[in-house]
Amino acid sequence: MPVLVEEKSAQVFQKFFVFWDRVGILLAFLVVFVMFGALTPVFFHPLNILNVIRQVSIIGVIAVGMTFVILLGGIDLSVGSIVAFTGIIAAGFQVKWGGSLFLSIVVPLLIGGGIGFLNGFISTKGKLHPFIVTLGMMSIFRGATLLVAQGKPISGMSPAFRFIGAGMVGPIPFPVILFLGCVIIAGIVLKRTVFGRYIYAIGGNEEAALLSGIMVERYKISAFTLLGFLSGLSGLILTSRLNSGELVAGQGYELDVIASVVIGGTSLMGGEGGVYGTLIGALLIGVVSNGLNLLGVQPYWQMIVKGVIVIFAVLLDRLKRRFRTA
Amino acid sequence: MSDAPILHFEKLTKRFPGVLALDGVTFSIQKGEVHALVGENGAGKSTLIKIVTGVYQKTAGEIFFEGKPVNFSSPHEALKNGIAAIYQEFNLIPALTVAENIFMGHHFVTRRFFVDWNRMRKEAQELMRFLDVDIDVDQKVRDLGVAKKQVVEIAKALSHRARVLIMDEPTATLAQKEIERLFRIIKVLKSEGVTIVYISHRLEEIYEICDRVTVLRDGRHIATRDVRDVTMEDLIRMMVGREVVERFPRVSHTAGEEVLRVEGLTRRGVLENISFSLRKGEILGIAGMVGSGRTELLRAIYGVDPIDEGKIYIRGKEARIRSPLDAINHGIALLPEERKVHGLVLLLSVLDNLGLPILPLVSVRGFIQDGRLKAIAQDMVQHMNIKTPSLFQRVMYLSGGNQQKVVLGKWFARNCDIYLFDEPTRGIDVGAKVEIYHLMNRLLERGASIVMVSSELPEVLAMSDRILVMREGRVVGELSREEATKEAILRLALGRREEYASVG
Repeated sequence: MPVLVEEKSAQVFQKFFVFWDRVGILLAFLVVFVMFGALTPVFFHPLNILNVIRQVSIIGVIAVGMTFVILLGGIDLSVGSIVAFTGIIAAGFQVKWGGSLFLSIVVPLLIGGGIGFLNGFISTKGKLHPFIVTLGMMSIFRGATLLVAQGKPISGMSPAFRFIGAGMVGPIPFPVILFLGCVIIAGIVLKRTVFGRYIYAIGGNEEAALLSGIMVERYKISAFTLLGFLSGLSGLILTSRLNSGELVAGQGYELDVIASVVIGGTSLMGGEGGVYGTLIGALLIGVVSNGLNLLGVQPYWQMIVKGVIVIFAVLLDRLKRRFRTA
Repeated sequence: MSDAPILHFEKLTKRFPGVLALDGVTFSIQKGEVHALVGENGAGKSTLIKIVTGVYQKTAGEIFFEGKPVNFSSPHEALKNGIAAIYQEFNLIPALTVAENIFMGHHFVTRRFFVDWNRMRKEAQELMRFLDVDIDVDQKVRDLGVAKKQVVEIAKALSHRARVLIMDEPTATLAQKEIERLFRIIKVLKSEGVTIVYISHRLEEIYEICDRVTVLRDGRHIATRDVRDVTMEDLIRMMVGREVVERFPRVSHTAGEEVLRVEGLTRRGVLENISFSLRKGEILGIAGMVGSGRTELLRAIYGVDPIDEGKIYIRGKEARIRSPLDAINHGIALLPEERKVHGLVLLLSVLDNLGLPILPLVSVRGFIQDGRLKAIAQDMVQHMNIKTPSLFQRVMYLSGGNQQKVVLGKWFARNCDIYLFDEPTRGIDVGAKVEIYHLMNRLLERGASIVMVSSELPEVLAMSDRILVMREGRVVGELSREEATKEAILRLALGRREEYASVG
């Protein structure tokens, strides 16, 4: 059976599949991109493109963190609430509690990281599924947001703070730079560092990783903490861009974020995927939302379309796995 | 045994992308016989049975079942037509009762919607009586041990009126006594005209229970013989394709100073007051029935499961081991029982798997030094003779023996010197087993020590310097190499004399 030539061709086959894995999503993105361009002339306008990628960045930075958590086989539903809570804290420091730029940036990031840490800590030490822990957190911090804000949005940020979400570096919006920075750093971390490789090992086989001497719980908690931190960053960007800490900020983000990761080819079973796929996934979601907007489709339809895309993406992953084991 | 073949394979061929798993296989299985199917891993046994049972589709050739060409598209269809297979991983639903599991998929119903519990229970009880086993059909399957689960699987196949029953390594996880019962059941089935296809790596069993044997190698049919007409040496030669000089290539070694001492180790309800020591350069065998606490002992020493009482000394100093990482830092390595579940990340490459325990050692500030890692991994692949097309091959595509070598290679690379082996050769073919034994010998030469848990008595007897026997979480005896016999081990492991039963 193991004739060398045939093993070679098996490898070629596998390589083809990996190749298709990456290019398939890119192709889908290009098709959608060109399609919307053809349907609505405004779509290709530079201002619109800038708008899309700025919008994508807010979801995207969270999706980078979510990639780590999903690679580990976990999930986090609380990201949208973390965005709202950290946003309202940032707005509070800007408007109500002394107006320090430093505190209005650092405190929300630390709080985001802290909530993420709690998500990881409770789910690993308590041996609970992160689905239920983060579902609880989602409610807790939505409530906490309303409590802190006393039911009213907090508006009126300083110009310096506004730079985070609305500033430009040359022709490029600052949030886009933050997002791409996160993607590149995360890509390097996943590929080249011990932390990154252990994330794949744990997601691929937690027991084997544990028996190989990997401190599994520590890595899980770290990944959740990272995701919380990046959700806090997203909260800063959103609050800055809206010039207001909004009560409903981040609502429904968990779907967009998880969709970006899954469409990007990261498996919900863990152990497979990466952050470059997530980049394309986030862009695809952003372009679909924007394109449908421009076409004048009711926002309700967008939710339906996104849901369909997510289910489709998971189905594709499933098929890929079945194909491989056959 | 009548002369009409119940199953006949004619030039059966199966091609996977890049692999020819079956290459024109032609042979017959007679009605009512127990037919052994042997061969090394990758010989095509699994592929063959998966085609018969409709899991895979054949590429070319024909299968005749009771004289008619068949081509099942699913295991369900095969079952409906009278061919059932029992794999090592059972297909049972733990939360349901024995009776429900037996009639899963063809529940008896009254008035179309309601489960006819009475009839189901009665028929299940009848099957149990027929098989002559004592299992309460109202029990939940999750409360049964491995052996009884297997009986439920057999009953399930019978409830479908299976005329051919395929058993894949049915004794791999059974204790000696349970094997006896299984063989008795097989004889009952045979007397009822059920044909059995029996797959096993334990060649001794084939002589005990089988009528004929078919050898496959590299996807080709090598021979089909009467078991009486073929010696074990012949079988092995046909399987491996060359002479195997020794099945257990043990070299004698002199034990040095004590490297590991366990004192009064207790894990409530699981392990009780266990003490032993391990010396440099020796193999300490641990025998006992499945469930006697052998695996749990290794896991406790390795820091996977917490211990309630007791001390562990490494090279004379007390060691506090709270996690596998602590154990590894003390030079202890665990080679777990089920490679695929506990030992390997199947999705990752050979390189990544070999790197698991050593990444921190080959990185600077968290960044992996790719060159160093690859050099070490390459070295291991050569040293361990791991057959892989490249370092980047996913381990899921390697054979069982090569996977085991990757697990071992991980620890070689980490320079561990106390090795805890849990069933080191389970599910590995004869040729690869010998290689694993050679590697164990090499470990000892390098000054390492080995604790080996094994259910295969010939292996324990041949490879160990001393043997501990466990029963119900305790060490019930220690045998020197000279004292150790199959009977002595079984007597200790079973505890009561009347339960003692030797096989072959």
